[in-house]
Amino acid sequence: MADNKTKLTFKDFKSKGDVKWCPGCGDHAILVSVQKAMADMNYKHEKFVSISGIGCSSRFPFYVNTYGFHTIHGRAGAIASGAKVANPRLSVWQITGDGDSLAIGGNHFIHEIRRNMDINIIMFNNQIYGLTKGQYSPTSPKGQVSVTSPYGTVEKPFQAGALVIGARGTFFARSMDNKVNLTAEVLEEAAKHDGASVVEVLQNCVIYNNGAHAYFSDKEHKEDRQLILHDGEPMIFGKERDKGLILDDSKLKVVKIGEDGITKDDILIHNAGLEYSGIHLMLATMEPPFPIALGVIRNVDDYTYANELAQQIKDVQAESKIKCVDDLLLSGKTWEVK
Amino acid sequence: MDAKSNVDEIQDVVIRFSGDSGDGMQLTGSLFSDTAVFSGNDIVTFPDYPAEIRAPQGTVGGVSGFQVHIGSSQVLTSGDFADVLVAMNPAALKANTKWVKSGGTIILDKTSFTEKNIQRAGYVKDPIKESKLEDFNIIEAPISEITKNTLENSDLDNKSILRCKNMFALGIVCWLFNKDLDVAIDFLQNKFKKQPLVIEANKKVLEAGLNYAETIQAVERHRVAPAKIDKGIYRNINGNLATSWGFIAAAEKANLELFVGSYPITPATDILQNLSQRKDLGVKTFQAEDEIAAVCSAIGASFAGDLAITSTSGPGLALKTEGVGLAIMAELPLVIVDVQRGGPSTGLPTKTEQSDLFQALYGRSGESPLVVMAASTPSNCFNYAFEASKIALEHMVPVILLTDGYLAHGSEPWKIPSMKDFPEIHPPIAKEGEEYIPYKRDEKTLARKWAIPGTKGLEHTLGGLEKDENGDISYVPENHQVMSELREEKIKRVENYIPELKIEGNKDADLLVVGWGGTYGHLATAVKELNNEGKDVALAHFNYINPLPKNTGDVFSKFKKIIVCELNLGQFVNYLRIKLPEFKYEQFNKIQGLPFTVVELKDNVYKLLEDK
Repeated sequence: MADNKTKLTFKDFKSKGDVKWCPGCGDHAILVSVQKAMADMNYKHEKFVSISGIGCSSRFPFYVNTYGFHTIHGRAGAIASGAKVANPRLSVWQITGDGDSLAIGGNHFIHEIRRNMDINIIMFNNQIYGLTKGQYSPTSPKGQVSVTSPYGTVEKPFQAGALVIGARGTFFARSMDNKVNLTAEVLEEAAKHDGASVVEVLQNCVIYNNGAHAYFSDKEHKEDRQLILHDGEPMIFGKERDKGLILDDSKLKVVKIGEDGITKDDILIHNAGLEYSGIHLMLATMEPPFPIALGVIRNVDDYTYANELAQQIKDVQAESKIKCVDDLLLSGKTWEVK
Repeated sequence: MDAKSNVDEIQDVVIRFSGDSGDGMQLTGSLFSDTAVFSGNDIVTFPDYPAEIRAPQGTVGGVSGFQVHIGSSQVLTSGDFADVLVAMNPAALKANTKWVKSGGTIILDKTSFTEKNIQRAGYVKDPIKESKLEDFNIIEAPISEITKNTLENSDLDNKSILRCKNMFALGIVCWLFNKDLDVAIDFLQNKFKKQPLVIEANKKVLEAGLNYAETIQAVERHRVAPAKIDKGIYRNINGNLATSWGFIAAAEKANLELFVGSYPITPATDILQNLSQRKDLGVKTFQAEDEIAAVCSAIGASFAGDLAITSTSGPGLALKTEGVGLAIMAELPLVIVDVQRGGPSTGLPTKTEQSDLFQALYGRSGESPLVVMAASTPSNCFNYAFEASKIALEHMVPVILLTDGYLAHGSEPWKIPSMKDFPEIHPPIAKEGEEYIPYKRDEKTLARKWAIPGTKGLEHTLGGLEKDENGDISYVPENHQVMSELREEKIKRVENYIPELKIEGNKDADLLVVGWGGTYGHLATAVKELNNEGKDVALAHFNYINPLPKNTGDVFSKFKKIIVCELNLGQFVNYLRIKLPEFKYEQFNKIQGLPFTVVELKDNVYKLLEDK
């Protein structure tokens, strides 16, 4: 967690250079959400670091006014881990996409989560490779037609949330690019969380995968297809706020309040802080006809790598007689030639 | 005759301990080495072991060896051939007979020469009975049997009893070379603090070995007098430990924290292990999920202001390639240690080689120059790790430091230096309040400044894309040319900050022997012996490879013939052919996973001296 508070506004995080994403790209809205969230965190401006890999989303460090590092494909997680360990006082933000983090960077992604590195990971998921012009990604649904799958993909897609929970993640949230306020809200929660926080933002690529998330964002039906989770509140959704989730035979089930004797009290209460991840996994992997879960799905306290390491160093230093390199060189077996 | 009066003074001796990988030969060898240094000898050691932790018992593939060369004057190599071989089973004998000098002594564990073991080793008949060993002085000691008898009344189980047999062998060798058992006993007492039974058993067997040797008096006893060594405090050190400590020293002198991002790989793993023990000096070790994450975490740490290093061996360096390219492009300080082993691919993981030179120099995409240097003795790995860090930090460049399996695991006595004799390291860190232009360069070094996240007002973005001086992405064709040339020139200018190439041996000679890195001990010994024989030969040994020392051409021009000796198929010689094409180079290459022998080096020089 960064220290030294001060008052900033989102303008302090606007870069002087031009933002070069395509007009209409969902990334623009996410950028505003991140700038908002950073300003609201009240940390010193120079403590912010954004680190990205390669892909459309990864141009992000050039568009946000912080210390930045636009690195190589898939490796942002490893680079961000090194930066965080080197200086745990930094607020490290990792910007990545579905290809960057779940394909080429999959290994680094699961391990930074497993280690609970205190990094805010924002994953722009547009289910496509945009920068290389439209190849399918590890989150493209089976059957998706793209330039490298002209007859449709034959692969099973990753579910980011399941991967995060499988890697023993302590924080997972989901939002959509057009929900600027919700995105900023979950990003603030992510930033507050000590440990690896993964925020999956469903993002629309207007050029190569327009409408990938249209089923959920469709104006007509979105209330019925989105469940926005709030910690401690019942899992209710729908235009009429009359639908909810219950557990039935160890599975989630959509019910209607007022039907079959179901009352509001029967609806599951969201507990993001529950260490047991079973319900979180069910929520993170809901697919139609279920609504999609948005908001903070999982937010559990646990120890973090950088803090544990810093503490271990302190403990060992308190015990050790070796205080400098001269001490080290003379430690152990030595002899004198006279 | 009194045993003590029967001691013959000798200059130096080479002893090779060999047995199954589980027989404890590495321990026996290093205990004897420690014993020798404590009695004032100079030594060089060479552990030679298989990649398998426990290969099938009794087979040649599973033989583990440890050679030590002890001398009453300076010793530079682990010795070509052994004066004494300890062979704990037939396989060890089979694998090592060729490394014993004619007339040398072979101590066998007679108990292990059963029909089954003899066959397993690949012998058709018992080699002792076949009298295939008549060139040697054979001592058939029933090592396992006496070990069992000695411990017959102990409370240890059979397996633990047999595990003590290496101490019996150590006892014999200590008697042969007139060494006392104090160092070994002291070690046992520390190692098995919580198992008094084990200490007692090992001690008993050790003494039994010594008594056995004294009783049979089968060979002449030797004494290697203490070497005349500079005054000072000494310790024994191997290359990997020296490398590890050199980095800590550099961090201290640069007033930075040390970050180590590494992934275990033979024979470099010790560096990560050694540094992970140094939490007391604030060392942050990060055992990454793979080689890529190892180098990338180091790059992240460097970005954030630490002295960042990553250690690996050949195949790992291949995986780090892309990351190293990023460090070159972002112009961040980084040290990559490559402890070279036999390649390509998995190759010979536990054996030594110098075949990663081209990979270090050229193994990246694009025009991607960096500094390449090489340590040349186990102990000077300390100095070169220090120097690699200093160059990386002061010139804002990645540096590849090459060592090898021979240096990494070989050890020698080291006169402990004092940190006050090492220079301060001054990285060009940008300060709060100054105007910061990310790629504005120092006039002399061309190094850019290092603005460390957390410093007020110096926010900037680095990246792998080509950029202009301001750090803004630039696709302007002319800018790419300018930046590419600047990155190249920046590395070239490091030549102004490294020592000149020195010549050893007969400076007026016509023939110059050239080497680099870990072969120094063998080359220097060969040249010295040749000079003693009246042959006019000189040696130029390289530690700095890119850039080369500025005077390299001047040095070469003084000689009529140049022979470049290296443990590969000719990488350095071909590099020299590119860099200094005006000279003609002969070459001698060996690629067997083994160090040179002094004998073969001399043979090659004789040939060159003959055809005038």
